[in-house]
Amino acid sequence: MEFFEFYRRERWPTIFCPGCGIGIVMNALYRALDELNVDLDKVVFVSGIGCTGRVPGYINADSLHTTHGRPLAYATGIKLANPDLDVVVISGDGDLGAIGGNHLIHAARRNVDMTVIAVTNFIYGLTGGQVSPTTPHKMLSTTTPYGNWEYPFSLALLVAASGANYVARWTTSHPYQLKNAIKEAFETPGFSFVEVLSQCPENFGRRNRIADPPTLMRWMRERTMPLKDVMEEVSSPLELVDLNITGRFAIGKFVRRKRKTHGQLLRGEEDSLESLRG
Amino acid sequence: MGSPIKPGRYFLSGNIASAEAAILAGCRFYAGYPITPSSDLMEHLARRFPQVGGILVQMEDEIGSIAAAIGAAWTGAKAMTATSGPGLSLMAENIGFAAMTETPLVIVDVMRGGPSTGQPTIASQGDVMQARWGSHGDYEIIALSPNSVQEYFDLTIKAFNLAEEYRVPVLVLSDAEIAHMVESIVVPEDVEVVYRETYPAGVRVPRPFEAKCDDCVPPFPVFGRGNKVHVTGLTHDERGYPDTVSPETHSRLVWRLVNKIRKNADRIADVEVLNPDADVLIVSYGIASRSVYAAVKAGRAGLFRPRVLWPFPERRFAEVVEGKKVAVVEMNTGQYFYEVERLALKHGAESVHLMPRLGGAHPKPREVVDFVGGLGGGA
Repeated sequence: MEFFEFYRRERWPTIFCPGCGIGIVMNALYRALDELNVDLDKVVFVSGIGCTGRVPGYINADSLHTTHGRPLAYATGIKLANPDLDVVVISGDGDLGAIGGNHLIHAARRNVDMTVIAVTNFIYGLTGGQVSPTTPHKMLSTTTPYGNWEYPFSLALLVAASGANYVARWTTSHPYQLKNAIKEAFETPGFSFVEVLSQCPENFGRRNRIADPPTLMRWMRERTMPLKDVMEEVSSPLELVDLNITGRFAIGKFVRRKRKTHGQLLRGEEDSLESLRG
Repeated sequence: MGSPIKPGRYFLSGNIASAEAAILAGCRFYAGYPITPSSDLMEHLARRFPQVGGILVQMEDEIGSIAAAIGAAWTGAKAMTATSGPGLSLMAENIGFAAMTETPLVIVDVMRGGPSTGQPTIASQGDVMQARWGSHGDYEIIALSPNSVQEYFDLTIKAFNLAEEYRVPVLVLSDAEIAHMVESIVVPEDVEVVYRETYPAGVRVPRPFEAKCDDCVPPFPVFGRGNKVHVTGLTHDERGYPDTVSPETHSRLVWRLVNKIRKNADRIADVEVLNPDADVLIVSYGIASRSVYAAVKAGRAGLFRPRVLWPFPERRFAEVVEGKKVAVVEMNTGQYFYEVERLALKHGAESVHLMPRLGGAHPKPREVVDFVGGLGGGA
């Protein structure tokens, strides 16, 4: 599949700023679904509001650009009403983690069969740089001009704890791993969640004096640590939250389980102790 | 596998009748959240849907419920949710999304006393304006108002038919009493069931939001058939692509969304008119209207009872209102009164009067007789 079979050529160029990480995510998404030989007519792309929410509008497939925070609830309806469709949600950390946080944990709890790509850029980009649920402590935004006094969510950990079948986290400077994670997420039945730490040079980087996109990508990459190395430092996975908020981002595959999906349970299939353990 | 309710006579509560009507109308997707006094509608569908091949999901809130229903509608399903005032408030943003994206959808709102948590188990008609204006921006919806279990059944079917025909959210405004009273109803032999016009499968549709005229409804592209439609709540052109700064694109879209309902208001209208020659004309609807028949049957007043509240049946009203003293009887502080007064005076009524009731207190038939008597409505 050519790039412009996957994306709508007539909608180019995109609205994204120069240096934005969403282009890398779009490239990884295209390559993942191309390598899987996916029939685009049987995939629905869903998003909420924000920069990342604009991505489905560029894809040459059925796509639903919903209200702020609600894409997972819309996607749940699509998947339930037509289980033959594959559903891919792509949205930002503010959309999925703040206004849509309740839908996030419940969609993961239900294990609805869908693939979610969360683009975490630590900021509300489209509205001009307000603090988000993933903005690291002390960092600057337009609504925390003296530094973020709150602590952020680790979305990957939150979703893993809520029951998702697949959770991974990478950054935009791991494009190969990211593509493979999207492939694995797409192929894993149940709720699959790939969090991508992504640079927003314009609204996050500029205010925090790391506006140069390569520098911002290095800033993120330097703070990552493979999950297995993190695990050697902690006595319980629950401590990962603390590592995250001290400014180190665990990356890698967080979980891959074999829980029955929402649809399988609806059709009367039952989990075994083994499938629940993963 | 079970089947939809068979023709015949039944003794049912309103919410059960509405749920059965939904199944008969072809509804096979329901998403909802518990709220008094609507919950037994969802409970009944939870028992019945597995028997007829329907899918029901209890979501984490009303916002998620209407969102899931809209998502299901885009796979071609007839989808529904039911709620009460507080839940309708939460759904407001997504009702606007459904209007903007032309999603067929039925919302049953079992009205209770408000504002806020108010009187959860008590009937009111306090959502009449919220139903019409609850979301932001300019748009039109259709709202139906039953005054018996039979009408609750009939109008639920009609709601699905109108939603399919006009690609619009349709609200059924019942209330705590219509929902829970038990009455005898007849399920007729022949029930008209409408399905939306769709694009053929396997065909790329380059301009899915292009309609044949500026108040027409375009065919519906069903997800998963290769139509490749982009659906967005942003202002979009005929291709479905965002165009958020052009006054022309926005005007063209919003006027069509509004006019496809306004210009068809006469076709959508459904009114009971009795005694149109009386000096006093009572305007009442839903549960409140049950109390006005004594005055009407005694010949003291005429009746104008819309089963379709929105769009307001203006032409039918204009035919009967000239020179009349108009009495609006409703269970709120006078919501429908605003529109009735405006249109009554526009079409030559002599005067317009309000008999409001709050808190679950009904207008008693005797009080209505006295009220119209006070306006000069004699036998």
